[in-house]
Amino acid sequence: MSQPHLDLHQTPSGEPRRGFMTHILAAGIGLLVGAVPAVSGLAFFLDPLMRKKKDGSGDGFLKMPVSLEALEVNGEPQLVKIIMNKVDAWNTYLNQPVGAVYLRRADKETIVAFNSRCPHLGCAVDYKPSEKHYFCPCHTSTFGVDGVKQNEIPPRDLDALEVQIRNGGEVWLKFQNFRATTPEKIPVG
Amino acid sequence: MNALINWLDNRTGLKKLMHEALYENIPGGARWRYVWGSTLMFTFTIQVITGLFLWTAYSPSTTTAWESVYYIQHHMQFGWLVRGLHHFSASAMTVLLALHLMQVVIDGAYKAPREINFWLGLILMQIVLGLSLTGYLLPWDQKGYYATQVSTEIMGATPVVGPQLQNLAQGGPQYGHHTLTRFFAMHAGVLPGTLIAFIVLHIAVFRRHGITVPDPDHAPATTFWPDQVLKDAIACLAVLGTVLTLTIWHHGAELAAPADPSEAYSAARPEWYFLFLFQFLRFEWVEHQGLAFGAIYLPGALMAILAAMPIIGRWKVGHAFNVTFLFVMMVGIIGLTGLALKNDAADPDFIAAVKQAQEDSIRMKSIIEPPPEGIGTGIPLEGAVSLLRADPKAQGPRLFARNCAPCHRYDGHDGTGREVVKIEKKKDGTKERVKENATAADLGKFGSTEWIKAVITDFKGTFSALANVKDKDGNVAESSKRFLEGDMSIWSASHAQHWRVKENEQALTDLVAFLHSQGQRKGAPGISDEAPKRGRQIFETGKIPVGDFESKCTDCHSLQPIGEDKLLGEVGAGPSLTNYGGKIWLTEFLKNPGHEKFYGSGNAMPAFGERLTEKELDLLVRWMVGDFE
Repeated sequence: MSQPHLDLHQTPSGEPRRGFMTHILAAGIGLLVGAVPAVSGLAFFLDPLMRKKKDGSGDGFLKMPVSLEALEVNGEPQLVKIIMNKVDAWNTYLNQPVGAVYLRRADKETIVAFNSRCPHLGCAVDYKPSEKHYFCPCHTSTFGVDGVKQNEIPPRDLDALEVQIRNGGEVWLKFQNFRATTPEKIPVG
Repeated sequence: MNALINWLDNRTGLKKLMHEALYENIPGGARWRYVWGSTLMFTFTIQVITGLFLWTAYSPSTTTAWESVYYIQHHMQFGWLVRGLHHFSASAMTVLLALHLMQVVIDGAYKAPREINFWLGLILMQIVLGLSLTGYLLPWDQKGYYATQVSTEIMGATPVVGPQLQNLAQGGPQYGHHTLTRFFAMHAGVLPGTLIAFIVLHIAVFRRHGITVPDPDHAPATTFWPDQVLKDAIACLAVLGTVLTLTIWHHGAELAAPADPSEAYSAARPEWYFLFLFQFLRFEWVEHQGLAFGAIYLPGALMAILAAMPIIGRWKVGHAFNVTFLFVMMVGIIGLTGLALKNDAADPDFIAAVKQAQEDSIRMKSIIEPPPEGIGTGIPLEGAVSLLRADPKAQGPRLFARNCAPCHRYDGHDGTGREVVKIEKKKDGTKERVKENATAADLGKFGSTEWIKAVITDFKGTFSALANVKDKDGNVAESSKRFLEGDMSIWSASHAQHWRVKENEQALTDLVAFLHSQGQRKGAPGISDEAPKRGRQIFETGKIPVGDFESKCTDCHSLQPIGEDKLLGEVGAGPSLTNYGGKIWLTEFLKNPGHEKFYGSGNAMPAFGERLTEKELDLLVRWMVGDFE
């Protein structure tokens, strides 16, 4: 087996052509049989990227445990825990706290809601009634009662959430988390 | 490109390595008979690739193993494909292993100087069988659970250290979380690692001695690449085609209901390539020698003869002996496998058990889907098995079979689809399965319109099985006579002529509809519908278009219509018909059929209030009245 390619050139006419086809076929089929399990496995592995975002039931709005009437007009923001069913692969965890929001009645008809996660690095912000602002204990981000940032530490204002008043007084909210650190509001998950 | 290759070659000796790998000399030309080793390597490669990907989604614990496999099979993209490839390649590997072994023995490739490589191959075979065995348990379904129990019990029968071995394999005296973690570590770590090490040795030694050529003058010599590679690749393609076809045909691999140690699984069988051993262990004479003989000593002896083949082969007729031995062994294995399949196909209990297992598997899916909120699955944290345990459709038949089928039947069977039989010894000593006679009514239609109609128009026929209850003199027992020759039986017989009159047809339908509506079952008419209202009139007055009742229903029966306070009739002679055939009636009746509002002192049926738990009673009742999704 010192000169393996020698055989190829010594064979009668026509043989080199068959030899060439043999090379192509051997390599081609070899690659194909290996590719089938590899590609199947890879497609399986990419499952999380292909999963469509699903909002859960209906339009994604959750009914809040406070009514419009219970909130004082232009009063102080109220912290409300968000309780949702949390899905983790095959398990569904029922009624899990997944976050918190501040609800404030800006005027007679309007509720303003902010996600309590700081857009800087995701800590939970506190509302300071004495200062009339939101304050993040982690890196001292502060936001006005209207959610507008008051120093240069956070990249953007507090994340406002969609609120709807239904059936004359029920407060419904679309809970979402947004990516921290970015100047733009980019939903997560 | 060339510069890069040269650079690499200078530092690694890559060219020489590739050359040695690809340009091995093959005297006598490329042959199809040489492909088996390569196809084995290929199936092992499939197993490594698909296995690693499955690993990314598998979770070994008793509350997550089945659940994660279910999620792979039904929720993850191409999960069924990857799982199916892994499953069927394992089977393919076993077949190819047998073919490779046969080819090696027939060609005499085990003879000097290749003895060591033959032994290395036998070690590889043991590792592959170990991989099959450990992998079968991992989905933690009933099938794998009960089949693997047999293997670990066999392990426990090992002389001297059996119990310790079993305990170590299981991670404790019983199956649990650590059984799975240990099996998984073996299946995905220890065994594949060892296998790779031995494959390296096997191929290295193989290359040292070269291929065993039966006739070097068959064709001009060639090299491994590309001539033999092409044949190998085509063989691999055929293997892949088979595996893919089976995978697509079955849409992945089977996943039985989740493992439940409290629920016997009579459809348990090992994976098909171990069936011969299963069948062998079932022979009575093998049984008499003890488990260690059939499952350890004898297979061990066969392996020892295999291992001794290189030495036997030195003897003048040694090669002929080896080939004959292997041939006889293969025929034996195939014969035993065939016998096992034949026995199972002729065993009604096994067929019913398989059917029930399949129904459970399908049922699991329909309980889990669609999930609450439309995402994820509906599997609770304590695992999917709790869903099946709380499911009337799955548990009802089992409870019926255990508690009711000793006397009653359900459409002729025991509720789970099995015939109720007894084994009778015939005079010549052989045993025969004889259908056991029911001694109480067939309840397959209980509470339905057909049932109610049959009770009214043919009471004696409906309860005819009671005549099979005999007293010590062989006559129909008194308790049955009270039923079959009692007031209701007489009433039913004497009114039979009325129902043959065409004008009364509607009246019968209405009366049945009234009782049916009071049961409040799914699909029953509403209690205020027209037909039930008309039926109620007949129930209370006994008036029908042609010929009235001699005694009306309320003369003997009481019935408190749903949502009303007033009782129709009086509690007394006949059983109460309040919510007849419905959940309340059936629950109370089962708890105490001898209560004065039911059969009273004439009752012969056992009370189940204490025999069954509230939960079991609820499951049985809900199944019988059809109260499930």
